[in-house]
Amino acid sequence: MFDNPALIKAIFGRLTIESLPLHEPIVVGTFAVVALGGVALLGAVTYFRLWSYLWREWFTTVDHKRIGIMYMILGIVMLLRGFADAVMMRLQQAIAFNGSEGYLNAHHYDQIFTAHGVIMIFFVAMPLVTGLMNYVVPLQIGARDVSFPFLNNFSFWMTVGGAVLVMMSLFIGEFARTGWLAYPPLSNLGYSPDVGVDYYIWALQVAGVGTTLSGINLICTIVKLRAPGMTMMKMPVFTWTSLCTNILIVASFPVLTVVLALLALDRYVGTNFFTNDFGGNPMMYVNLIWIWGHPEVYILVLPAFGIFSEVTSTFSGKRLFGYTSMVYATVVITILSYLVWLHHFFTMGSGASVNSFFGITTMIISIPTGAKMFNWLFTMYRGRIRYELPMMWTIAFMLTFVIGGMTGVLLAVPPADFVLHNSLFLVAHFHNVIIGGVLFGLFAGIGYWFPKAFGFRLDPFWGKLSFWFWVSGFYLAFMPLYVLGLMGVTRRLRVFDDPSLQIWFVIAGIGAFLILLGIMSMLVQFAVSILRREELRDVTGDPWNARTLEWATSSPPPDYNFAFTPVVYDNDAWWDMKRRGYSRPLTGFKPIHMPSNTGTGVILAGLSTAMAFGLIWYIWWLAALSFVALLAVAIGHTFNYHRDYDIPADDVVRVEDARTRLLAAGARS
Amino acid sequence: MRALKLLALLPLAAALGGCDYVVLAPAGDIAAQQRDLVVISTVLMLLIVVPVMALTALFAWRYRQSNTSATYQPDWDHSTQLELVIWSAPLLIIICLGALTWMGTHLLDPYRSLGRIATDRPIEPSVAPLNVEVVALDWKWLFIYPDYGVATVNEFAAPVDRPIRFRITASSVMNSFYIPALAGQIYAMPGMETKLHAVANKVGTFKGFSANYSGAGFSGMHFAFKSLSPSDFDGWIAANKVEGHMLGRSDYLQLERPSSNEPVRHYASVDRDLYKAIVNMCVEPGKMCMSEMMAIDAKGGLGREGLNNTLPLTYDKYARRGAPFGPEPTVLAGICSIDELKDQPSHEVTAPADMTPLRGVGLKRPPFSPANPSSTSFLLGLRPKSES
Repeated sequence: MFDNPALIKAIFGRLTIESLPLHEPIVVGTFAVVALGGVALLGAVTYFRLWSYLWREWFTTVDHKRIGIMYMILGIVMLLRGFADAVMMRLQQAIAFNGSEGYLNAHHYDQIFTAHGVIMIFFVAMPLVTGLMNYVVPLQIGARDVSFPFLNNFSFWMTVGGAVLVMMSLFIGEFARTGWLAYPPLSNLGYSPDVGVDYYIWALQVAGVGTTLSGINLICTIVKLRAPGMTMMKMPVFTWTSLCTNILIVASFPVLTVVLALLALDRYVGTNFFTNDFGGNPMMYVNLIWIWGHPEVYILVLPAFGIFSEVTSTFSGKRLFGYTSMVYATVVITILSYLVWLHHFFTMGSGASVNSFFGITTMIISIPTGAKMFNWLFTMYRGRIRYELPMMWTIAFMLTFVIGGMTGVLLAVPPADFVLHNSLFLVAHFHNVIIGGVLFGLFAGIGYWFPKAFGFRLDPFWGKLSFWFWVSGFYLAFMPLYVLGLMGVTRRLRVFDDPSLQIWFVIAGIGAFLILLGIMSMLVQFAVSILRREELRDVTGDPWNARTLEWATSSPPPDYNFAFTPVVYDNDAWWDMKRRGYSRPLTGFKPIHMPSNTGTGVILAGLSTAMAFGLIWYIWWLAALSFVALLAVAIGHTFNYHRDYDIPADDVVRVEDARTRLLAAGARS
Repeated sequence: MRALKLLALLPLAAALGGCDYVVLAPAGDIAAQQRDLVVISTVLMLLIVVPVMALTALFAWRYRQSNTSATYQPDWDHSTQLELVIWSAPLLIIICLGALTWMGTHLLDPYRSLGRIATDRPIEPSVAPLNVEVVALDWKWLFIYPDYGVATVNEFAAPVDRPIRFRITASSVMNSFYIPALAGQIYAMPGMETKLHAVANKVGTFKGFSANYSGAGFSGMHFAFKSLSPSDFDGWIAANKVEGHMLGRSDYLQLERPSSNEPVRHYASVDRDLYKAIVNMCVEPGKMCMSEMMAIDAKGGLGREGLNNTLPLTYDKYARRGAPFGPEPTVLAGICSIDELKDQPSHEVTAPADMTPLRGVGLKRPPFSPANPSSTSFLLGLRPKSES
């Protein structure tokens, strides 16, 4: 039966034994390590009989807090993969001199830099940002959950599905060799006939569904579920930036979906949207992908700006300076981010008037951004600054981000861009803003809200160690790239022939090593904090003497977040409550209406991933079958009437009484 | 923190003397003007960046918790005067930078012919610009000199102080043509033509390469740019004529096949219409040129009968497979011969003789309306068009 090639092809599509990268020792080694780790993990889960617990309490959960935490875990796990890619690139570029080919061939190296970009943006930065928004926003606005709790669970698992596809490409087949935006014609079937680009397309399409739905969900949540009294201009700044970010997501991700769908049509049904022949236009792809791509930058950085606002105000013990101008600056950035996309390709031959228009709109964005910087500065002015970790990250951000902002505006001057475009100067610039802005912000946010999520603080020693490794590593890794850019060195090169450049790549490699130490210290920090959790315990629910509503409830918050919906009179709602001598209600609890867990999200995402796998490998029966199953499960779910339940008043009383006792014990000691 | 930052910047400062900062010390007037813009813009921005960094460090230190002598105003959150300053200070900088950008972008438009050779040297009307046709191949560079009838691979020479007019295209995927010492880059794209004007002011050998990733052989896709004295350039052309071979259509089809780290090659003569055929993607015998297709379409097209005017695809640079659900790959059969293709008037921005430096009150205002508005699609922001 299995000697019939047509049958084999019908069953396995283009998946053959040769598709496994057995000839790449590095990949085989990685696979061995990952497989061992995976088996150990699965074995441990089975041994400790955790499957049913995980399924009931985590995988099927619709609780925004647990989904938020799962997003963070996904982001951190993928950070390890994305960073491994970074280290491999740095090593290759540091040794491929004087006739040496380095240790990576073009086939492998080109996949690595593509995967690094895709993973870091879509599967590290996006999950971490979405995770924090998911966790914090409902608490900050005094809500019990997001507007559509099931959709939230589904969104998360779709993101996981995309990540799974990217990880799969490492061991089954290959990933795209096109750069992280897969410009055609290179990504067309003619020049990338293999599965790499298909993995790219379907991983992003699957994850993109999750991102878009999660954007809709959070917009609805912020618009509809705010506590009474919280008018738009009394929303915490993080909620404001989250609102703007999600509006950006909803407005821009469909563009990505469409452009990738068009590319998929070119590759699957032979249309000619982006081909060289038959009237195709690759420049159209470049325009469309950046119409998504530039807002994406602000999708990542706006929540970070929100985190810095919360952190600066809390740790300076002071109201945020210029709340109104902060909000308007955020809104202006949101709108302007749609008017600048062309600055990513000034060198494509647009006329001088078009180029200047987009150059100048880009510069205009630096005005509200600059205003934000001054607002943080004047929040610190006449404050009492406590240098806890989140505040340290904020100061590091303020000093680092202005450099990245400056080089960004420089690149917005078209004639300057002509000499710096695609150079390592550009690479240094966007790492400067993404690490110095987004990542530092996320780390500040993790340190800030960790005690809220788990009831104990993160260990400060390992945190500070991680901070100093990260910051010094960042400067050491990326300042040399600015220098190399001014020496006219372009990006994505695998081998070099000018030995005078090597020293700079070696310095950058050392920087990457320091960042590695920073990441490891961070993991140790989590482990040490869990071990020392009793010493680091916070029973008050408000360890930082903070200002916004999420600190009004216990840490970790109960399933229902707030036993009674708070009433808001000020944009620093919790600060205002504390100042006016708020006392927690101890009686009069009522049953609380909550959404029920459901496994449909996991199943739908699993089927989507299977369908994507079938499409990637031309296993048509699998794709068709999963698609039909997908529809059946989605329709079937509409007949699921067990969507909600009531937490009995007795349970609420028990939880709240426990908190009362803890607070009293904390006050005595 | 500050000390750390200074430490990190130290190697940057120390190295400014040692290495070859070609972007900051180029050998051509266009690149030099672009460098000037880099420097001016940086200085303009430092006017606000340095105070911000200094204030950050100052406030971070002064208002630390342990410093109880510092003023503490927990409820101070608004000051109209201060708000005015923090919005208008960046605004002022951006107004200056925006004006500089508008003028700089128009004056340094790569499609604009040169107005001068160097800061104080006008263009001599007797010197005709050197025409060079550049083709980005997988993964090497082809240079055709239509004025001399010669061509080279991975080596490009030009006489010093003579304006160069590049016409740039690609055979398969996007690349970016970049000689940092000479002028900024511009994309090389298949089926399209981009333009670049530049002039070299110093004799020497410089690096040129693709600045846009184009596939497996990308790292080896570089060439030497030889900036020669006029007499040396004449000698170089003569030597080319003597030692080289002929580059015809079939030779080109061999040459364009993917290959990496190609050695330098010289061709004594070139098919006269080769470049035109490359831009129109019809080097292969029997294939319809894009210009012809567009001319037919402009007259209403071939109608449904046009569907029959195809030939099966027998040749491609890669072993191309059709899309799984697509039709068999085909090419359109040509009707006219390539000799009938006419050069379209090209969209060029002609510069007046212009000696002013790129800054200050002496700056000549650029032409604010495009020379031919119909040629610019605003939405796409595109200008490259194939010739017909």
